[in-house]
Amino acid sequence: MTQPNVRSGTSVVAPLVPGQLARFVQSSKLLDWAIVLALLAVMAVGGIASPHFLTVANITSILVASSILVVVAIGQTFVIITAGIDLSVGSLVQVSSVMIGVAVTYKLGVPAGMLMAVLVGALFGMINGLIVSKGKISDFIATLGMLSIASGTALVLSNGRPVSVISPLLTSLASGSIGPIPNITLLAGIVAVLGHLVLFHTQFGTHLFAIGGNHEGSRNLGLKVGRIKVAAFMISGLLAGIAGIMLTARIGSAEPATGSSYLLNSIAASVLGGTSLFGGRGTIVGPVIGALVLMALLNLMTLLGIGVFYQPIVTGLVVIIFAIAYRFQK
Amino acid sequence: MTPAASTAYDAAVSAAGPRKMLDVRNVRKHFGPVVALDGVSISVEAGKVAAIVGDNGAGKSTLVKILTGVHQPTSGEIAFDGQPVVMHDPDEARRVGVETLFQDLALVDDLTIWQNLFLGRELTWGGPLRLTRKRAMAERAREMLSGLQINIPSIEARVRRLSGGQRQAVAISRAVGWNAKLTIMDEPTAALGVKERTEVENLIERLRDQGRTFLLISHNFDQVMRLSNEIWIMRNGRVVGHRRTAETSGDELVALITGAKPAEIGRKPSD
Ligand SMILES: Nc1ncnc2c1ncn2[C@@H]1O[C@H](COP(=O)(O)OP(=O)(O)O)[C@@H](O)[C@H]1O
Ligand SMILES: [Mg+2]
Repeated sequence: MTQPNVRSGTSVVAPLVPGQLARFVQSSKLLDWAIVLALLAVMAVGGIASPHFLTVANITSILVASSILVVVAIGQTFVIITAGIDLSVGSLVQVSSVMIGVAVTYKLGVPAGMLMAVLVGALFGMINGLIVSKGKISDFIATLGMLSIASGTALVLSNGRPVSVISPLLTSLASGSIGPIPNITLLAGIVAVLGHLVLFHTQFGTHLFAIGGNHEGSRNLGLKVGRIKVAAFMISGLLAGIAGIMLTARIGSAEPATGSSYLLNSIAASVLGGTSLFGGRGTIVGPVIGALVLMALLNLMTLLGIGVFYQPIVTGLVVIIFAIAYRFQK
Repeated sequence: MTPAASTAYDAAVSAAGPRKMLDVRNVRKHFGPVVALDGVSISVEAGKVAAIVGDNGAGKSTLVKILTGVHQPTSGEIAFDGQPVVMHDPDEARRVGVETLFQDLALVDDLTIWQNLFLGRELTWGGPLRLTRKRAMAERAREMLSGLQINIPSIEARVRRLSGGQRQAVAISRAVGWNAKLTIMDEPTAALGVKERTEVENLIERLRDQGRTFLLISHNFDQVMRLSNEIWIMRNGRVVGHRRTAETSGDELVALITGAKPAEIGRKPSD
């Protein structure tokens, strides 16, 4: 091989530095721990910058604020691991919330409404999966269509108006706690534990990674690729349904027009947590911490008086920086 | 048994020849107007390596896809170890005992070696929950690889970290490993360097000597001559020749593949 640049010092050294940095980052386990380090960094900076940040009350409020996002992000992660994407999660949260309002309006009772919320989420998720696997349409288009259909359905069913939901069950979910742990956070924690078990301790979980990592090969080996995809979207929809219940509990009413932030934030939390958008790689712990980092950052910026208009810019930058860093992962 | 019956039995056995692991009879496959397979009959003897050679478009991959349950034949029969079989999907083919070494190896980079070895065949407990028995799988995978004398750093390593030859070895192990009665290999060494190719060929020879049965599809005549016991030659969706490997040469194979030497079997009156 010829090396024309050997004599001109700068042109040899300059490209070497990023190369060495990349190799160092690859060889260390640094990136596996990146999101944990980010959480620690936010906590350290926050603790120094604001006396309120590390108080029990504030940490509790970050946990509560993260809970709904955690649940949605876990569902999103199931889909992303199969090399897919679910753009409809935000709308599914909306339509699920509206189902509770429908149940109240028609005097079916809040528990029935909660059941409907979960079932409708899972049903819409299943339709997403069927369109993708049977219709052979890209996840992006199928769930983009569903985003529109589900939020339209939410508007039609609710007539565009919020319905106040008063229920001891939902009040306890929103503001009760067991010991120091808020109920809503406990629910998110249970979802996370179950998600982890499914992903890492079942055959289905292994197959999710397999079809995300090698779709054609998985099919050749006889994995039921279509069914697995449908199941992944159903899980995402079902968790969006649970998130709809949580949201309704927190704001005390079924709202047709909230929940849109969960789409981008669920993808952001998943990516921050090390889930590969190419599929085949991801965890549950990662996105959970990713969601905590996002919410802790928003909380900190508010405490520091950084205007809400600036906040999306900061979170967007953080997500992009992480996505670039993970490209060096082996 | 009466002597007459015994004689008839013996006659039937000797007429049938050695035990056939695979017997494909007059299989046709149409894709709309395209006739990909035009009445193909081949067989593979148990414990031997049979090869299929043929130019691009001859129908080799289509035949492999039928044998692995990806496609269903338009007509014709397939018998497997003496039993007629119909394979609706790849999972059913694997259940019957047909394992395949795919051209792309069908490995999942971010899963461990043992997870790849057990992919689609996981050991589970808990009934419908299908919880994975990780330790049992890792243990069995380790035994399997050491039984096949395959050197792998660690069974827990992700496949991404393996060299080309090691990946090939893992994929071959899976394709012979569980209850495979026939292992189909579509261009097994096409993507390998010389050293790795030799290692893989040695592995295949060792497995053949242990009594494994292979169907090898390869463009590499030297490899076909080294590894196979018999060769089926395909052209335009038909089998045009059949040779014992010891009784043919690369030149003759080329002549049959290109049509310089006319078809000997599967000929139509119009040819
Ligand atoms: N899915 C398909 N649809 C239509 N035609 C096909 C399909 N698969 C294979 N063929 C045709 O069948 C013939 C045999 O192809 P193939 O089995 O791939 O040959 P080979 O593997 O020997 O190169 C070719 O003419 C090919 O174009
Ligand atoms: Mg081919």
